[in-house]
Amino acid sequence: MSLPVARKPALRRFHQARWDEPVVFELSAPGERGVIPSQVEPAVRALVGDVVSGLPDGLRRAAPPALPELGQMRVLRHYLRLSQENLGADLNVDVGQGTCTMKYSPKVNDRLAAHPSLLDLHPLQDLADAQGILEIIWRTQRMLAEISGMDEVGLHTQGGSAAIWANIAMIRAYFEGRGEAEQRTEVITTIFSHPSNAATAKAAGYEVITIYPDADGYPDIEAFKRALSPRTAAIMVTNPEDTGIYNPRIAEWVELAHSVGALASYDQANANGILGITRARDAGFDVCHFNLHKTFGTPHGSGGPGAGANGVAAHLVPFLPRPIVVRDDDGTFRLDDVRPLSIGKVAPFYGVVPNIVRAYAWIRALGADGLRAVAETAVLNNNYLMARVLQIPGASAPYATGRRRIEQVRYSWQDLYSETGISSEEIGVRASDYGMHYWTSHHPYVVPQPFTLEPTESYSKSELDEYADVLAQVAREAREAPDVVRTAPHNQTVHHTHHDDLDDPERWATSWRAYQRKYGCGDPGSSPG
Amino acid sequence: MSPMSAPYAHPYVPNSAPEARAAMLAAVGVTSVDEFYADVPDALRLHRPLDLPPALVAEQDLARHVTGLLDRNRPLAPGRSFLGAGTYHHHVPAVVDEVIGRSEFLTAYAGEPYEDHGRFQALFEYESLMAELLAMDVVTVPTYDSFQAASTALAMAGRITGRRTVLVASEVLPDRRSRVHDFVRPYLDLVDVPPRDAIADLPALLAVLDESVAAVWVEPPSHTGAIETRLAEVAEAAHAVGAIVVVSTDPICYGVLTPPASHGADIVCGDLQSLGLHAYYGGAHGGFLAVHDDPRFVMELPSRIFGLAATDVPGEYGFGDVAYERTSFAVREEGKEWVGTAAALWGIAAGVYLALQGPQGMAELGETILARTRYAQQRLQGIPGVRLGDDAVHFREFTIELSGVSPASVVERLRPLGIAPGVPLDDQRLLICVTETNTSDDIDALAAAVAAILEEDHR
Repeated sequence: MSLPVARKPALRRFHQARWDEPVVFELSAPGERGVIPSQVEPAVRALVGDVVSGLPDGLRRAAPPALPELGQMRVLRHYLRLSQENLGADLNVDVGQGTCTMKYSPKVNDRLAAHPSLLDLHPLQDLADAQGILEIIWRTQRMLAEISGMDEVGLHTQGGSAAIWANIAMIRAYFEGRGEAEQRTEVITTIFSHPSNAATAKAAGYEVITIYPDADGYPDIEAFKRALSPRTAAIMVTNPEDTGIYNPRIAEWVELAHSVGALASYDQANANGILGITRARDAGFDVCHFNLHKTFGTPHGSGGPGAGANGVAAHLVPFLPRPIVVRDDDGTFRLDDVRPLSIGKVAPFYGVVPNIVRAYAWIRALGADGLRAVAETAVLNNNYLMARVLQIPGASAPYATGRRRIEQVRYSWQDLYSETGISSEEIGVRASDYGMHYWTSHHPYVVPQPFTLEPTESYSKSELDEYADVLAQVAREAREAPDVVRTAPHNQTVHHTHHDDLDDPERWATSWRAYQRKYGCGDPGSSPG
Repeated sequence: MSPMSAPYAHPYVPNSAPEARAAMLAAVGVTSVDEFYADVPDALRLHRPLDLPPALVAEQDLARHVTGLLDRNRPLAPGRSFLGAGTYHHHVPAVVDEVIGRSEFLTAYAGEPYEDHGRFQALFEYESLMAELLAMDVVTVPTYDSFQAASTALAMAGRITGRRTVLVASEVLPDRRSRVHDFVRPYLDLVDVPPRDAIADLPALLAVLDESVAAVWVEPPSHTGAIETRLAEVAEAAHAVGAIVVVSTDPICYGVLTPPASHGADIVCGDLQSLGLHAYYGGAHGGFLAVHDDPRFVMELPSRIFGLAATDVPGEYGFGDVAYERTSFAVREEGKEWVGTAAALWGIAAGVYLALQGPQGMAELGETILARTRYAQQRLQGIPGVRLGDDAVHFREFTIELSGVSPASVVERLRPLGIAPGVPLDDQRLLICVTETNTSDDIDALAAAVAAILEEDHR
């Protein structure tokens, strides 16, 4: 008499796993072992004796490190439980992390990247032993050169910001080579370019000038003209910007930069909306970078490793990090490491090899038509989701009203906030109760009460609908049951967390060791000793 | 074939299905995707398809193609590689690969402490396990690699002291030095104080150590695997003039060796690859940074630090960002250097590795590596024409000096035997790396092969 099952409610009744798992140190039981290392053989001991006792004074560790002692399965279970307490992109309609292109990372690529011939391959083996991976690196360099329009590509860096650093380091070396380093001390960026453009330029010793948008949301070209001078070393910009708005005068920006002798650096971490549509070099840029973990489908690894690709025009090729993989006339691959003008080694060896393999496989699975379908679909998805979101009372998309966006949109809940006092952050926490990740924006919040959605090409129409339905529901709750939103999360692993201690040096607990020292064995609510 | 008229939906692009596409275009009120690109001027459009190799849309075809390329790699048999110089062959426990292969960790990114509680806890535990190994209270979420870690550590010393000079007291890995140099050169000068017999030359160091020095940079094990025996003296002298002691190292040795903080190191940094990551053709490196719980140092760290926090529920651990306002995420170019996607998954791996090893495992592992390193040194130095590069204590790596034959030729002649004996450093020295994956049989085979070459040449 129980069947049929009633129809599911409109919104998913989500609850995150809650294992209430202790910190790993609390699981320790004296004498338990997780793994046993290979032991010193009798023949070795017979020849060398007790090497530990023979260490010079002070070199032998007095007491073993206070690591926990756990059996192997307990370690496994602990970390599997933590993994279940982590949403991750595979389980999530992960359109809420705008700017980061949370697309599908195909499983076949993980399997290819774990090929046994890669795991134990040492980077200093004879090149004849590494022709397979060298060919993949070389082919990836060439494919990314075509996609960007640049002449050469380096794949050394481990993340997007590391790649931006390599861009500014090459620009710096270029001007040193021309004797203009003393003169060119400024870098110009825009507020809706990723903050790492500003931050890496500053770290390289430049003064940073930031251009804000004009009334329509396009980067203010008049302010830009005023900022340009013989002191300008480079412009470092994202386009489309983090608003999803494409600067239609980008070629003019590049020309203006060139007219004062500066270089133009294009942050293409996220090129997802323009693959096969338009290319960095065709807009005149001298240097660009891609994130393989955004545009090219490699997983984000809880925050890395990603992988960066630096594309350069001919005049910057000599400054690329070394080595570069090259193909000889006989079809063999080798490393070009004799590059006197190179900025040098920016990272160990030849880049994040597993992610280069994944990106290679991703591009090969799609081909030219597939990449264009990715871009067009990501843009279609974005404009579709925008239409859905803008139907929610209290949500808006500031700037360029009525115009389309490329791959993402920076929205605002300002109207909802004015009406209810519920902030964008609070909406994000509540959205997690429905199994959805949601992000506001980089700082500063130029758009008030911001949120940034980027659907990519990976989600179906019904999944985009579900995401929009969740936002609509939370906005409704903000009006009708604001306390439910304010006291969220309710369906998560943990409850509302008190973050005040994290900013106080007397009270912050940066490690279990520091926590024990400051608080004894008491609970986190007790006072510092 | 235009993408709009593809006969099938690509498996990675569900809305490339014609039905979905038509429905969504209608819902948005446009007739063509092209309308979305109205801001991209025609002059900037690519009016041709990208020139890329044909798509391998069928998964089977893709896998066969990529596997075919990778099958051309020829890794050495286990134990037969004595190659190190920055990337090391250590055993990777199966549980480490299992955990970091979990899709929840592998595919996560920037989730907040609520929906991504698991990665916050796993990375807090990584920080905490490293903190015990290093005897320091603050370890950050990993940075890219040891190159970046050392660059940042020295840059921090410059910012804290306001001084320009870095004394380099060890023979540091040359590639790491290259990166550090290019990173810090606007505000720091690296000055080499060449070591004597592979350890710090204390008198030479004292002669140049004054109040212009921001940091003394020590690297144990050094490029050639030497352990620094005079770190405590170096630190005392450095601190006397207000300089900061930066140690770049490999954490795998601290189950058995005294951690640098106990000898006075202020900032300790290095690579995580040894702790549970495969060699991966040099493509699996993560950097760690550790300091004491002193806000002067903590506030100069660019990377995120996940800290423990209370929640509304007694007995429940929450997590969050420690001192977020110092980061470029918070304040752009006013932050300390920058923070971004780096190597978090490798940090989770290193945490799992240390939880598996425990105190006993790290101690035994350290002893095995020390003992087999010493064993290899003794087996090789007994061969006529071979002598050890120096008399220092070595961990994992050491050099031999060859007479009568070049290191490059030894490498070439051992290739047919499937043995990679080491990395030639110059015309005389060969850098040999011995880990727990090289057994006494492997080392015996290496020694026999080297002896045979020298004997053959002598004849």
